[in-house]
Amino acid sequence: MVKYSVVIGCEVHVQLLTKTKAFCSCENRFGGIPNTRVCPVCLGLPGALPVVNRAMVEYAIKAGLALNCKVASVTKFDRKNYMYPDLPKGYQISQYDIPICYEGYLDIESDGSTRRVRIRRLHMEEDAGKNIHLEDDSGLSYVDFNRCGTPLLEIVSEPDITSPEEAVSYVQGLKEIMLYLEISDCNMEEGSLRCDANINLHIEEGGEVFETPIAEVKNMNSFKAMKNALHYEVERQLKEWREHRYTLKDFGKITRGYDDRTGKTILQRSKEEESDYRYFPEPDLKPILIPEELIREIRQSIGELPREKRKRLISEYGITEKDAKILSSSVALSAYFERAAKGYREPRKIANWVITELGGFLNSEGISIEECNLPPVYIRKLVELIDGGKISGKIAKDVFAEMTRTNSNPEEIVRRKGLSQITDREELQRVVKGVVEGNPKSVADFKGGKDHAFKFLMGQIMKVTRGRANPRIARDILKEMLEDD
Amino acid sequence: MNIIEAPLSELKEMLDNGDISAVEIVRAFRENYERDEREELPLNGYIEFFDDAEKAAQKSDQVRESGDPGILEGLPIAVKDNILISGHEVTCGSAILEGFKAPYSSTVVERLRAEGMIFLGRTNMDEFAMGSTCEYSVYGPSRNPYERNHVTGGSSGGSACVVSAAQAPVALGSETGGSVRLPASFCGIYGLKPTYGSLSRYGLVAFGSSLDQIGILGRVPDDIALVLSVAGGYDPNDSTSANVDFSGIYPLKRMKLKGKRVAIPVEISEEGVDEEIRGKIKVFSDWLTGMGVTVEKISLPVLKLSVAIYYIIAPAEASSNLSRFDGIKYGFRDTTGETLEDLYVRTRTRGFGEEVKRRIFIGNYVLSSGYYDEYYKKAMEVRRLLKGRISELFTKYDFILSPTSPVLPFRIGEKVDDPLSLYLTDICTTFANLASIPALSVPLGLSKKGLPIGLQIAGNMFEEEKLLRVAKLWHEESNF
Repeated sequence: MVKYSVVIGCEVHVQLLTKTKAFCSCENRFGGIPNTRVCPVCLGLPGALPVVNRAMVEYAIKAGLALNCKVASVTKFDRKNYMYPDLPKGYQISQYDIPICYEGYLDIESDGSTRRVRIRRLHMEEDAGKNIHLEDDSGLSYVDFNRCGTPLLEIVSEPDITSPEEAVSYVQGLKEIMLYLEISDCNMEEGSLRCDANINLHIEEGGEVFETPIAEVKNMNSFKAMKNALHYEVERQLKEWREHRYTLKDFGKITRGYDDRTGKTILQRSKEEESDYRYFPEPDLKPILIPEELIREIRQSIGELPREKRKRLISEYGITEKDAKILSSSVALSAYFERAAKGYREPRKIANWVITELGGFLNSEGISIEECNLPPVYIRKLVELIDGGKISGKIAKDVFAEMTRTNSNPEEIVRRKGLSQITDREELQRVVKGVVEGNPKSVADFKGGKDHAFKFLMGQIMKVTRGRANPRIARDILKEMLEDD
Repeated sequence: MNIIEAPLSELKEMLDNGDISAVEIVRAFRENYERDEREELPLNGYIEFFDDAEKAAQKSDQVRESGDPGILEGLPIAVKDNILISGHEVTCGSAILEGFKAPYSSTVVERLRAEGMIFLGRTNMDEFAMGSTCEYSVYGPSRNPYERNHVTGGSSGGSACVVSAAQAPVALGSETGGSVRLPASFCGIYGLKPTYGSLSRYGLVAFGSSLDQIGILGRVPDDIALVLSVAGGYDPNDSTSANVDFSGIYPLKRMKLKGKRVAIPVEISEEGVDEEIRGKIKVFSDWLTGMGVTVEKISLPVLKLSVAIYYIIAPAEASSNLSRFDGIKYGFRDTTGETLEDLYVRTRTRGFGEEVKRRIFIGNYVLSSGYYDEYYKKAMEVRRLLKGRISELFTKYDFILSPTSPVLPFRIGEKVDDPLSLYLTDICTTFANLASIPALSVPLGLSKKGLPIGLQIAGNMFEEEKLLRVAKLWHEESNF
């Protein structure tokens, strides 16, 4: 039995949702007919020059602050030189020795406890295009430059991650924050969130620690793929250790690509093939000065982060972990919930209505919580109507539907439509009597031992009262009447 | 009235008075160019004289008739073939850009066009502006109008050639380490390298991005001022362009020279400088002294390092800037190989000339890991030092004076296989690019053998106007 620990560091690329690209005014959007969202700048045509998109810088600062990073007071861009058809300038504008943000951390949950993953750096760079290889006999390849110049953040962690599961929750944590800050849509399938992981094993043997060669694992296009790839890699490195006893000194760093179909990683590049990127300061762009004032402004705009918010919602409102997670996924949604729940003694109920009913409505209408005009206080009023026995849970759903359609007060709807529950015993007795007299066959069936007849009669009562009968009282009266006979 | 010999200011006046039309101007230059083409040794200043120049002139005449002429309405200019003019080819004198048509126009061209200027053609140049003689062009060398077997200087040799030979009144060139001033000096005209940031680089094919600057060549200082007044100033498309306004500089006002102070650094004006050139510099400095200027010899040892650091920084940036010419998107492509690697290697091996490849090698070498600190980083540190020293110097002096070139124009082919001695022709000029300051080459007259001699006068950042005003006084005085 080999005693070992797993060491993982992640490099995450996040595409930013700025309106325009990083260094030109082309629209920044996924897809499109190949080579239509391009201009001389992002195509790297001779003579074209980049101009920094201010929004990209602000998004980077925002992300950095949310990840507890320090923000550089002066930063700059550098050129990373390598040739590839999808890189039209033959270099990528990136950041080398002075990243915009550095020395941060992200706390993650692992096996019920909190672990801190340090973040080494966060920097800005531009995305490349895409090579398209025809899958026929022509052997032709094409390049789509639409993605060129899309602003990216690269977030590099320290090797603080100790299992594939932790790696997944680290990246999920990053995703949650990016979504919360609304700076990226973090869609792994579309590639707006991409993670490469550096992984190796520290093996203890005979009082010595041996490090296996570091593998940079690429092409993990989902959280599931990430977990599988890293587990595979742990096993592979263990096996390699047992068979060959290769260490970091023998191989240095290798690059391996994950194949989702086979669940295996495949060697792509060894250390010898590593390129020398010949970084140097980008002469076409001036250094960027980041004033304290701007950092302060951005810090204020961030507010409470999802994780803190989740903890607070649970302790302050006593809602479930699951509900808290959903509510804290967006600033607007949690704010909506908190306004609705204000001063109400059972916030759990409010959470349920906001998540299930309101969430369902927003989904079906395809609108966001920000676009929803329904005052939060109406949700509370609706729940109070149920609490007070004014309406049944079933009627409440109708009222809710009407409420979202007209954005009107639920009390008003109940009054206007005469939807309030009938709790008056005498009135209900009249109704039940009518139903019993009108359905002698069902009454007979019931007495003959057929229980479903009771349900039918209850249904009739609801039908007559258009659902307004208080079901508990109506049931009692019906029972009494049937037994009296 | 001689159209082709007239400065822009006169052409402008004649146009304003209705004495001539823009069409007549274009035709006059075209005829002069075509006449020369029939010579045994044509000057070869133009890579292409535009067929559509006359059409543009017709339009310009119509605009003038309609009563809303631009500042430069109907005035022609030649353009170095590394500055993009939408719809026209742009080759940078290289085979690798064969057939590449500019899909957009440079900011400078746009500004000139917006004020009615007409583009006569594309001028010859050393491939990608790398060279000091205009011999490294895939279109063959341009010839010095004063002596056809001699080089024009480079890299903007074509631009200097056509202005000097009255095939254009003015021309745009580009500078990285002296590429406007040197050919201006060799061809006996004025050549301005503006402050880094005075003119937008947007649409100038990059060589050494931190040094590149579009320059202006002309036969009189006022012509340069007129073009600069329209072409210069901040451009949001170039983050390194400066917020300066040149719109009021034309016509150049007279300058009172009395009390001004001039420094002549011994490092670039004595050792290795041709005797005849030194003699002419003396004439100029005596003239200055006579005008009440204090002229002092000074020593600025760091200047000795400028060529060395220039030939690290410029190739480093060039190696990166020229990566985009890979045969994938435009220009020449060699498809004889099998793999992507073959495509890159063969395209670039055949597409680039020897000098360009030499500089790409140097550039990649000085940037590679293990050598970066020793070369590129150190060169950048010396550059900062140089900038500091130069800026200190301008607290005491108004101008820095030196020859533009240490040598007279030499014969075509004489140094083409000796890159090091060619690099040394840049010894007087590169410091201005490294320090981002403006510098002007001023024609001083001819050598005994009839070859032009030039002097360089450099000023503090954004003091182009001051340089041109001194030159104007000299021009009126010397009548060269």
